Amino acid sequence: MVLKLFFPQCCNTADSGLLVGRWIPGHNSAVVLAVIHYPFIPGQVKKYLSELQSQTQVDLTVLGSWSMPKEGQEGMDSFLKDLSTIFPQKCWLQLSREIGKRGFTCQVVQNNGRLLQDREQKNGEGDKIILIHYDQRKVMLSQLHPVQDVGQKSDVEASELRLVFQTVAQSQPLFFLDKYDDGPLKLSHWQSEGREASIIAELLKQASVPVCIFLTWLLSLWYWFCSFRILHLPPVLFISSKLSTCVQSVYRAVHFRTVFSPKKAGTHVEFMRKANIFVSFLVDIALGLLLISWLYRENRISKLADTLVPVADRVAKELQELLEWLMGAPAGLKMNRALDQVLGRFFLYHIHLWISYIHLMSPFIERILWYVGLSACLGLTFALSVLSDIVALLTFHIYCFYVYGARLYCLTIYGLSSLWRLFRGKKWNVLRQRVDSCSYDLDQNTADTALFPLQLFIGTLLFTILLFLLPTTALYYLVFTLLRLVVVLFQGVIHLSVDFINSFPLFAIGLRICRPYRLAEGVKFNVLCQEPGTPLHLMMEINPLKCSSVLQCYRTPTYSCYPKDSWAGLCKKLFVGELIYPWKQKTDKTD
Amino acid sequence: MRGCFLLLTPLVISMAEEEFTDINGNSISLDCQTHSDFCREFTVTSPKLSLRKVMVYTCFVWLFAYAVFFFTENTAVLSSAIILTLAGMMIHIHFVKVDHETLLIIGSLGVQLSSSYASGRESTIFIEMNKLKDIVINEAVYMHSIIYYLCILIKDPADPETVTSVVPLFQSSNPRLNCLVQVYRSCQEILAQSR
Repeated sequence: MVLKLFFPQCCNTADSGLLVGRWIPGHNSAVVLAVIHYPFIPGQVKKYLSELQSQTQVDLTVLGSWSMPKEGQEGMDSFLKDLSTIFPQKCWLQLSREIGKRGFTCQVVQNNGRLLQDREQKNGEGDKIILIHYDQRKVMLSQLHPVQDVGQKSDVEASELRLVFQTVAQSQPLFFLDKYDDGPLKLSHWQSEGREASIIAELLKQASVPVCIFLTWLLSLWYWFCSFRILHLPPVLFISSKLSTCVQSVYRAVHFRTVFSPKKAGTHVEFMRKANIFVSFLVDIALGLLLISWLYRENRISKLADTLVPVADRVAKELQELLEWLMGAPAGLKMNRALDQVLGRFFLYHIHLWISYIHLMSPFIERILWYVGLSACLGLTFALSVLSDIVALLTFHIYCFYVYGARLYCLTIYGLSSLWRLFRGKKWNVLRQRVDSCSYDLDQNTADTALFPLQLFIGTLLFTILLFLLPTTALYYLVFTLLRLVVVLFQGVIHLSVDFINSFPLFAIGLRICRPYRLAEGVKFNVLCQEPGTPLHLMMEINPLKCSSVLQCYRTPTYSCYPKDSWAGLCKKLFVGELIYPWKQKTDKTD
Repeated sequence: MRGCFLLLTPLVISMAEEEFTDINGNSISLDCQTHSDFCREFTVTSPKLSLRKVMVYTCFVWLFAYAVFFFTENTAVLSSAIILTLAGMMIHIHFVKVDHETLLIIGSLGVQLSSSYASGRESTIFIEMNKLKDIVINEAVYMHSIIYYLCILIKDPADPETVTSVVPLFQSSNPRLNCLVQVYRSCQEILAQSR
């Protein structure tokens, strides 16, 4: 079996001393975390290690001895060998390095005193040793993907590398003692040259707790406001579930609560989620403020409001012309005169009502828009949701026409299909939800399932009527469905961009670009130069996660689902006349 | 930086370089380095980017652009042709053209696959030994030919008998069977030791 030793790069030039680390359970390997220098008192070393063990939940032990003799320090070797009796171990490692040589030599002494040397056995017996050098600071800060919970798998099943990373990450308290501390022990690790800290970061950490508490209190005020009975009436609930602004505000409130909760993030996933949401908030608000400054600079918003009513008028006029065209002979088709006139006049009256309504509102539009525009300070996503809602309100008449046309067409199609089944002698069995055959038997016993000639006659009449009225209803349905699809498409584009801003993990991508070692997909090994008589030396580097994996892993889940009908399902619904809502949002009930 | 080691100096135990051909007839070379009893590295080097081909493509594109310019008298055609050629070349050497592929096998630690592109970019995957079931040579029927390829069988440590996925090696250089057999034999020696 091969013994694998993970050795930190910072200890390559450390003075002689004891190796402190952990034996990885289940694999024949060990991680060296620090070197304790001479002089030391063994009792204090043991006390310190047991303190750290209780603090970090990592079973730190003395692994062996490290010797890098400087001038005037000969004779350490025998002293080092005697140390193995003071710290009883299953396996005692003796690493040594000479100045001027690059390779280490390593000897492993088992408990029963048997000395195992590496690479000296001719017949291939005995342990071989691999020394793997790693950058301690990077491995400590790094997180291996796919992320697993700490207590999820038992240590034996977890992979060796994952255990090494976990060990180094959990041993942070070991790295707090540096060479300027006046304690009894002198350690060598990545921070032993002196701990670095930034005043700004410390001040921000201290200030963040009261700020979080204050913001959480504000949020609780908002929730208290939203819990008023008057806001829970069914009509209000219905409208607020349809308006995308309300949905977006609820979603952002949940985010706000997550980010500004005073509790510190425990796991890596929670921390990344908080950081991503926080950065997304900042970017959102910054873009919103930019939009406000652009809109209000040259009084553009008043100009926008002034063009809104003429645009609505223009749309209504175009619709009127369209209906006049349909009432004539559209595209050379011959319509049923009576039905055409009825439907056309019905829709024209609706448009007339709509134009009057818009003209009624026109004096107030500018003021309303001015104040609504200010809501963009809550974020660009809010401004886009408000835009989507305004478009929905302004094209409400198109939506109504679509519903009327679709219902009429749907009725026609169902009637036709049912009567067509009648001719073929079949009937829809409601109980069994299937098509059953029906006989023309006039027997008394089966009277309820038989078809009388009268039924057949009326059925024929109705079928003929519906069939000849079909082109007219179909044409109206087609025209209004196309208009509705245009509006839906525009709203869909807005929703997609809101969704993109909501869910894009900016912090994770920034971390991947600036500190690629933090998000690790795996490791890379490089073989270091060999000298005969030394074990194999490898250099372990962190292989960063690919950008596409970062996006997939850290995407914030959003409320909107993409169209759940496939193209084929959508076409079928359009053909039959069912109402389509391709951008329906997820509610809790359907999850 | 304290304690920096020199990477990959010529002081290795033994190395051997041989010429082989790939499945299309181009000549490739295989380089075996034995770092230790249980650590070996195989590098398959593909033929380099041929200067003649690059010149031919560039001249073709630019002549075509000149012809279009002659008819339309629009200089945007010329500048777009230049930009297109440059962008295409950069994309090709950075993402498409593989210079050499390396297989590093370390007994009882794992296997590392690395592809190095013409621009110097390296993409590396490391597979741990407990996930590795075996290294085998598979044959694939592609159109009218049968291709041999070396692949790694991956298993889930919780369920050692099932093969969860297959990772093919040397996908860009496609060496022939004689080269693969040499790599296979070496790898099996090391895997047998660590079982």
